Amino acid sequence: MHSRGIKADNMFSAPQYDISEDPQGALILRLHGKVDATTAGPMIEELTDRLKKSVFASLCVDLHQVDYFDDFGVLVLAELRKTAARAKAAFHITRASDRIKELLSLFNLDSLEEEIPIPKKKSPGLFTRIGDAVIQQMSGLNDAVTFVGSILLSLIHVCAKPRSLRKSDTLLYMQRVGVDGLPIVALISFLMGLIMAFMSSVQLQQFGANIYVASLVSLAMTRELGPIITAIIVAGRSGSAFAAEIGTMKISEEVDALFTMGFNPVLFLVVPKLTAAMVMVPILTLFSDLFAIVGGLLVGISMLDLTVHSYIAQTIKTLRLFDIFWGVLKSGVFAVLITWIGCYRGFQVSGGAASVGRATTSAVVSSIFLIILSDSVFSVILRYWG
Amino acid sequence: MTKQPIIQVRDLSVGYGDVTVLDQVSFDIYEGEIFVILGGSGCGKSTLMKAIIGLIPPISGHIILDGDEVSAQDEAKLQKILRKVGVLYQGGALFGSMTIAENVALPIEEYTSLPLESVLTLVRMKLGLVNLQGYEHHFPSELSGGMKKRAGLARAMALNPKILFFDEPSAGLDPITSAELDELILHLNKSLGTTMVIVTHELESIFTVARRIIMLDKASKGIIAEGDPAYLRDHSQNPFVRRFFTRRASDRGLNKKGTG
Repeated sequence: MHSRGIKADNMFSAPQYDISEDPQGALILRLHGKVDATTAGPMIEELTDRLKKSVFASLCVDLHQVDYFDDFGVLVLAELRKTAARAKAAFHITRASDRIKELLSLFNLDSLEEEIPIPKKKSPGLFTRIGDAVIQQMSGLNDAVTFVGSILLSLIHVCAKPRSLRKSDTLLYMQRVGVDGLPIVALISFLMGLIMAFMSSVQLQQFGANIYVASLVSLAMTRELGPIITAIIVAGRSGSAFAAEIGTMKISEEVDALFTMGFNPVLFLVVPKLTAAMVMVPILTLFSDLFAIVGGLLVGISMLDLTVHSYIAQTIKTLRLFDIFWGVLKSGVFAVLITWIGCYRGFQVSGGAASVGRATTSAVVSSIFLIILSDSVFSVILRYWG
Repeated sequence: MTKQPIIQVRDLSVGYGDVTVLDQVSFDIYEGEIFVILGGSGCGKSTLMKAIIGLIPPISGHIILDGDEVSAQDEAKLQKILRKVGVLYQGGALFGSMTIAENVALPIEEYTSLPLESVLTLVRMKLGLVNLQGYEHHFPSELSGGMKKRAGLARAMALNPKILFFDEPSAGLDPITSAELDELILHLNKSLGTTMVIVTHELESIFTVARRIIMLDKASKGIIAEGDPAYLRDHSQNPFVRRFFTRRASDRGLNKKGTG
């Protein structure tokens, strides 16, 4: 009784074997030709299907006519052996060449049959999860506060010994945060001023109050939108960069290297960034205010029949020095928050590349959240104090 | 052993920007042999390996890998040629977001039609070869450097490539693991006939595994020795080559730190 495994069209990679059966129920499987990555897949599927349907007392695999045999061949044998074991049949390999024997000796077929348990994580109950979340948040908060403490200590250290501030790094970050960020801050603020003037003019024109467009744009920008827009752009540009840079340094053990060489990583990595951001973000905010006013001015003179002089005069009349100062103060606080959270997320990185990605995302998201949150705190303070 | 060249390098010059690292290098690697590229630090060993597998375009010259020209191909064709090649990178280069088993299974699932269960069995076979049974569900970040390297090897040989490249396989391994790796290299070479190209300067393993070596030199930007390592150690005309194999410091560096 013979059955051929060769397909009629005799494809190049079609598995080649034949099976014969003697009356005692012993199956003899002869493999031919190549048993490699291309043929192993179909062979395993066809043979296990075939063997599941038949009843046999033993399975003998004859490897005499095999031309090429690699560990995909060993895999075929391992799978056949498993199938035979399930059918409670004996399993033999005969007439294997020395080369195949050498290959088989590399693998321990017995160990492949034991199931290794996948460490199943038991899905924790509701209370466990709540507890876990609380513990995690608390320890996160603890770390964050500790980090604030070490930044403060480093700052005090720098104030006491100004020479310990890494000046070249600080200047480099000033350029990255400030100078390199100026074009995009200017463009976005200019467009914001334009949009605000345009939108408000539609309403104000109805009352003939065109001139108040200047007041609206300048006041809204200097007190609220200027600092916020600048801070959000800096969070996206620089906060993420801080997190990615420190995170990558952490993974490649550069942070450990700093520590073992006797440097304080916070002093070395965070303080230059913090100093640069605290100087540059307020300056960027002033530029943001200026460009927004220019945007408003453009709408004012081109669409609202205002003169340049009257627009500027109205702007100066509206703005108090306090408004500008208030915006700049806020932006300084935002700068601290952005640097703090960016560096903090960077230091939290552990493991691999994916962790750096998570830290970067979370640096930007947390910064934006903290910017808006602290801005609302500022509004409350101003309401009761100003 | 058949003396059929599987990799032919002809007049190859490679470099970065204006700096030429290797100038007009030619050699053959034969099918089924264990070939070691060695030389002092900074002489362009890794650069040469990267040029052979098409990662760095050469300045001039030809690289023929199993009948196909590597340097003049577009990316899709290069990818196809590289199917014959497995590379073990220095740090293992495992994907951090996948478990060890998923890392090894990735090429198997992509390029074969094995049923899922067999893929898992094959992954365990490969991991067994490199002595990493039981670590299937660990993430790379949970393994030591040596274990990562071995897992990287399991992934590099997942599809039984014709040629395996090793970039400093024994760097960072303890002597026992390193010797086991050498043994594994010999075993695989014998049983599967895989051609091995190894970049290293681990003397111990050079004498154990290498059938033929080329030695590169930083100053001459080319090959200064080629042949059997034991023969070169005893008979080379070049004192630098003899010093390299006997691990002696150069004369001028005797009182300083130096490895030749």
